[in-house]
Amino acid sequence: MTSDRPVPTFDDDVDGGRKLCLICSKGSLDMAYPGLILANAALGEGIETHLFFTFWGYEIIRKKTMANLQFTAVGNPASHMPALAAALPGMQALATRMMRRQIADLDVPTVPEMLDHIVAAGGHLWACRMSADMLKLKLEDLHDGVEGVIGATEFMELSAGAQTLFV
Amino acid sequence: MLATIAGKPVHVNDEGFLTEFHEWDEDVAAALAADIGIELDEERLTVLRFVRRDYHERGTTPTLRRVSATGGFDTKRLFVLFPKKPAKKMAYVAGVPKPVGCV
Repeated sequence: MTSDRPVPTFDDDVDGGRKLCLICSKGSLDMAYPGLILANAALGEGIETHLFFTFWGYEIIRKKTMANLQFTAVGNPASHMPALAAALPGMQALATRMMRRQIADLDVPTVPEMLDHIVAAGGHLWACRMSADMLKLKLEDLHDGVEGVIGATEFMELSAGAQTLFV
Repeated sequence: MLATIAGKPVHVNDEGFLTEFHEWDEDVAAALAADIGIELDEERLTVLRFVRRDYHERGTTPTLRRVSATGGFDTKRLFVLFPKKPAKKMAYVAGVPKPVGCV
């Protein structure tokens, strides 16, 4: 090893013990990605990462819906579409198709692929118990990487010492 | 800055990443790998060759997902070969810039 040049440390030890918990509470196509992308980035940095899916967030991990999330411009001023136009029949399907294409053009994977990648990278997926009861869903209805259906108290234990983000 | 790695003059940035694509060879890679506690072997070299080829073709360092999805390498295995921060470590040893892509 020479010392006449800088060598990155990659801060492997600095981040030791760092932990990130993401609560994914929304089930639209546009709101699925922030949590998944942050989880992916955290895992790539060697950070222990947990995703907790609750209520509408279940759409992201339900086998039946995860490949078919929708986007709507209704109630979303940032889409800059007139409110009435956004509510026209067929508009949601059109907006969803457009967003899917934009995501694919950026070489960003689909939601199920993102989940597969997160699990392969060592990320942990958890599902909310109360939502499971309300939606009448079982573990087998969810993405195969989901490790368990847990309650809010268990989530508190899990997230001890973690940085927690609500998405 | 100009540095000497494996007996060769090479240019590195202030973090130690190579800045000239063509100054890399497998001897340099072995030295870079040793810097960060990794022993270079044929399996790792195969990954690095993909990283370099992809960078050369696209002008961007591949992200971990791209190495896995396009290169066909198993994500779990990449975490074993280049622990904790695989994308950055692969880039460092492959002599390409630090990856900036999100996924």
